[in-house]
Amino acid sequence: MAKSAWIALFGALLSLPCPAGAQGLLPYTVAGDAIPEPLTGTRGDAARGRALVVDRSSTCILCHSGPFPEQAFQGDVAPKLSGSGRRWSVGQLRLRLVDASRLNATTIMPSYYRVDGLTRVGTSWRGKPILSAEQIEDIVAYLATLRD
Amino acid sequence: MKLAFCLAILTALTGAAHSTGIPQAERRSGYSFMTPDTRAMQDEDTANPGMLWVLDGEALWKRKAGTADKACADCHNDARVSMKGVAAHYPAFEQALGRPVDLEQRINLCRTNHQRAAPLAYESRELLALTAYVAEQSRGMPIETDKDPELSPFIDKGQRLFTQRQGQLNLGCANCHDDNWDKKLAGSPITQGQPTGYPLYRLEWQSLGSLQRRLRACITGIRAQAYDYGSPELVELELYLMTRAHGLKIETPAVRP
Ligand code: HEC
Ligand code: HEC
Repeated sequence: MAKSAWIALFGALLSLPCPAGAQGLLPYTVAGDAIPEPLTGTRGDAARGRALVVDRSSTCILCHSGPFPEQAFQGDVAPKLSGSGRRWSVGQLRLRLVDASRLNATTIMPSYYRVDGLTRVGTSWRGKPILSAEQIEDIVAYLATLRD
Repeated sequence: MKLAFCLAILTALTGAAHSTGIPQAERRSGYSFMTPDTRAMQDEDTANPGMLWVLDGEALWKRKAGTADKACADCHNDARVSMKGVAAHYPAFEQALGRPVDLEQRINLCRTNHQRAAPLAYESRELLALTAYVAEQSRGMPIETDKDPELSPFIDKGQRLFTQRQGQLNLGCANCHDDNWDKKLAGSPITQGQPTGYPLYRLEWQSLGSLQRRLRACITGIRAQAYDYGSPELVELELYLMTRAHGLKIETPAVRP
């Protein structure tokens, strides 16, 4: 409790206008293979999360498929998202989205909440994470509902 | 002595590294991943939109240009003879520049040096047409990188660019085209990324386009900064792709979805 309040406060500070060079990512704490606390201090919204997962610009279904019968174009480069919420805890899902490369250094799954250690990022995307902290929380909330 | 030995081993290793990627027996053109409809469009010259550019290219080949008032044909005569097999060996090493040039750049070198005309812009109708016409003379011939040893360091660079992770999505070409070419990305096949058909007609573009256009699209797709047209990096990638495609046949003008 105290920790998430601290994170929320620190996050609020970080989102104030930052000096040039600050990256504006909220801090988070990894415990084992999970990030137990929400990045934003609050749980996300599963309905918004589903809409994000099937949106092309989030890139998920380029590689993954899942229970999205209305989506004609899904990928098969990665495991099916169906059952993610049964296989993984909310905290484990969060770390997999934030920075999957921490768990598997050679994974092709992009790190959705990371801006360092990247090469030649295009100008329109430079210095920004692929998804915002709120979007990550919405997607985590949605994936947690995928029980079978 | 020891150092020289290590260097020799290293060179031998990097030399061998050129042929990595997909084993010869498994190499497949993008053609083999297409639907029967799209294949038929490529196979039938009267249905293949790329043939319009080839016809334009034939006319341009014979048209005098520049202050030298010379046509390509004035130096090279009949392209069906003089240009046969040329595209299957490009990019080639250009002594005067000390680096490899692709077919488009070679055509522009002829324009500036011999015709004394302004170079044509990448993706301009004229440059695509001339390139398509020249490359079509190699249709059906196997790709074989030029033997010039000067190319070797540039092939290595191209290979490094091919495997390097880049962009906001942090992916390398090899992640898709070496490791996942039998899979689907958003429902469409990820092919081996073979450079067999360029310039080619892409239905998505509604136009002919160069190999560099395709490479820039893949680079932007992984949200990386695309190299400029004609940049050494794109030529090195083209060169590596041609080395990696050794033995596959030229299909210009191909059709792709
Ligand atoms: C470029 C390909 C790619 C993209 C894009 C991608 N992933 Fe993944 N994802 C993978 C791969 C491959 C794995 C398998 C684990 C590994 O490689 O470490 C994976 C694993 C996962 C897992 C664990 C699956 C399991 O049950 O084992 C989840 C959950 C997940 N991804 C969700 C997402 C979401 C949500 C998005 C979009 C925001 C996304 N992925 C985008 C490639 C991708
Ligand atoms: C996330 C996956 C992905 C990455 C990474 C990627 N590509 Fe592609 N590439 C594709 C897809 C999908 C196509 C379209 C299908 C096709 O025509 O091969 C394609 C097409 C191509 C083609 C055209 C093949 C043909 O038959 O005409 C070439 C060449 C190519 N890519 C090279 C590259 C190079 C070089 C890089 C790195 C700079 C790269 N690709 C990065 C997915 C990718």
